Order: sequence, then C-alpha cells, then structure tokens
Amino acid sequence: MESLEQIKARIEAVIPGAKIDIVPNPGPANQRSLLIDNDHAPAIAKFLRDDPTLCLDFCSNVTGIDWLDRTVKKTAKIKKIVEGIEQEVDQITEEKIPGYLEAVYHLYSITHKHGPVIIRMRTADRAEAARVPSLTPLWRSAEFQEREIFDLYGIRFDQHPDLRRILMWDEFEDHPMRKDYREPDDYEWEPTPHDDVVEKAKQHYPQRPAEEKLKPS
Amino acid sequence: MTEIDETLRRELQRQGVWVTKMQDLYNWGRQNSIWPLQFGLACCAIEMIATAASRYDIARFGGEVFRPSPRQADLMIVAGTVTKKMAPQIVRLYNQMADPKYVIAMGACAISGGPFKQGYNVLKGIDRYIPVDVYIPGCPPRPEALLHAFMELQRKIDSQKLTGAEKAMHLDPKQPSEFPVPKFGEHDLEPPANPDVFQPPKLERV
Repeated sequence: MESLEQIKARIEAVIPGAKIDIVPNPGPANQRSLLIDNDHAPAIAKFLRDDPTLCLDFCSNVTGIDWLDRTVKKTAKIKKIVEGIEQEVDQITEEKIPGYLEAVYHLYSITHKHGPVIIRMRTADRAEAARVPSLTPLWRSAEFQEREIFDLYGIRFDQHPDLRRILMWDEFEDHPMRKDYREPDDYEWEPTPHDDVVEKAKQHYPQRPAEEKLKPS
Repeated sequence: MTEIDETLRRELQRQGVWVTKMQDLYNWGRQNSIWPLQFGLACCAIEMIATAASRYDIARFGGEVFRPSPRQADLMIVAGTVTKKMAPQIVRLYNQMADPKYVIAMGACAISGGPFKQGYNVLKGIDRYIPVDVYIPGCPPRPEALLHAFMELQRKIDSQKLTGAEKAMHLDPKQPSEFPVPKFGEHDLEPPANPDVFQPPKLERV
C-alpha cells in the first residue's frame, strides 16, 4: 500500500483546497493517521473509497476521542545577557490548546487486502460546534458507530440518516465517555473499596475519629 | 381448633386415614409447579437455559414450563445484568405477573451490579425496585446454584402461612402487589431506588 505521504499528495492533487495533516503516533503501534478538514471530508472519503489503487471499501471501526483544554509547555534555549555575560537560558512558553472532539475511522480494503488507513475529523469545540460531516452515506457500517459516538461523546454528524441515541435512553442528556463526565452520585457502602471508590467512600462517610493516644502508665 | 398431634397423624396414616391441612396441600401444590418467566438478560441466561435442558433438568422440581407471558408465570428469574435502560421494563413485567409471585436474583449483576457496579449505566441490584426472594451469587452461578435457589424458594413457599399475622404477602391486601416503574431521567433513573423496597446499607462505627 502507498505511504500516507503519497496518499496525501494524491488527495491534494485531486481535491483542490483539501487540508490534510499527518498525525504522528508516538506509541509503540506507530500508526499514523490523516487529519482531514471537515469541509472536504466527504469528498476525501469518497476518493479513498473509490480510487482503484486504494479502494478502501470497508470501514471497520469508528471511535471518538475527547481532548480537554490543555496547555503545552515548550522549553527553548535562548541566549541572554545576564550580568554582562552571555548565557544560555531556558525559556518556557505555554501554549493553550482549547478542547475538541475527534472521530477516528479505520478503513480497510477487502478488494486489495490492505489497510488500515486511519482518518480523523476534528470538531471546532466541545459544545455547540461539536459537529463533523457523517461518512455513513459512504460506508453504511459507520451508521451505528456514529450513533454511538453521538450518544457517548456528543459529536453531531451532519447528513447522518438517523442520528439518535443508541445505548442510553432518549431522555438522557449527558455524554458518559467524555472525560469531564460525572456519573450520578449513588454510592453505597461496600466492604473493600479501592482507588476511585475509596475517594467516593470518604465523601459519603466521615473519617474514623483519631483514637486518643494511650498515656504511658 | 388446635393443630393435630404429629404422632396421632402418623398413627392415623398407618391406619389408612390421611389427615392434612389446607395450608400444606395448597403449598405442596404451589411449590411443585413453579413456572418461571421466560426471559434472560445476559450470560446468566445461558446457565438458566442449561438448567432447563436435559443435563440439569429443572423439570425434576416442577419448574420446566417457562412461560413467555408474565400473566402465566409465578417466578421471575432475573438472569443477568440489569441495565438502567432495561430496569423499567423488568419492573413492568413484574407488575404484570399475577400473585403469588416470586423473584430470584441470579448472579452478581442482578444482586448488586456486579463488575459494573461503579459504572453509569447498570442498575446496582434489581432489589432497588422489586422485592427479591432468593439471591444467588456467582458470575455466572452454575446450574446447581440455580437449582439450589429453586429448592430454597420451594422451602420458602412451603413455610408460608395462609392465615394469621404472618400470612403470605400475596394474601395480605395491605401489601403491595405492584411497584412504581422508574422513569428515564436526564441523568439517572428517577427515582434511583424505591425507598419502600430498598434502603442502602448504613455504616456503623463500633
């Protein structure tokens, strides 16, 4: 299969104005992915599916990712004159990245037996503008998984034929897979609490009062 | 009338006179033909099916007739994970069953939420909404455990009184036969538990 750079170059040649970034993956899997812009996403996806050499006719998996607001610290060495002597000093710059949601598609080709090519789409923010174009018109297998992402992450998919909640009930308002989701507080006592459950238990039950120190007789 | 003396009853039986009580006859009949409601929720249902099949054969205890309608069932085996989305339907099915009715909570999920207890979408025990007669721990419990629960339920039915202050729940008009169905709320089921049926355990410092 072609490399992502080659795919990117071919898409940019065919679809003018398409903005594509290659997202690196520092993990051991090293699976890089294509970040495509929302305006051209249906056209890019159609190209990936219909191009005879790629022919990515099978969308095996659609996932959501929640990225919270974060600050990235960068250290750069700059030369500065301190007390008349030129020295190298670390300068720390902080960059604030507002939060967004991502939808990730894993595409394979049944015809050519290759893949996966991973494409991502990003929403503008985590609230009103959390929407991306649906790829269900191209891959029917994405229908339920996009509904699941809508249910659990709250990404709205434009042009989805039937965008309803799929796992939680219709009256439910939260998105449980978001990182800032807090489940309803219905803790009940259990004998062996651990990790998060210990924290919950501490909130619900007062600490055992410290026993009075025994005076040495 | 006082209760008949046990030695006298045996003596009469030896002479061919069989004396019994209405209560014993009634309970004997009921405990040996408990018809469970035919529904399963998760992997526990597979064990329940195995219990009904030939190897474990729940028919030996009179429970082989799994009814597809709650109107014809005596026993609800809550076999598996009760999600919050499913809980109102379970309560509604229980309400549709005719008295006398019994509930077995089968497996860790049905009795407490099990491995999903800390999650957002699983009910932390069906006993939050309906009264449970027998609890079976296990994940999933073996068919023998379900048979054991079934026999425990038979013992419970056998000991039920027809009259008096301690008479069975279904014979007391003051006792509820139906329980409120929880509603789908914006964040959780409403109410999250029925306080008439379920009170969370309290921690007491000693």
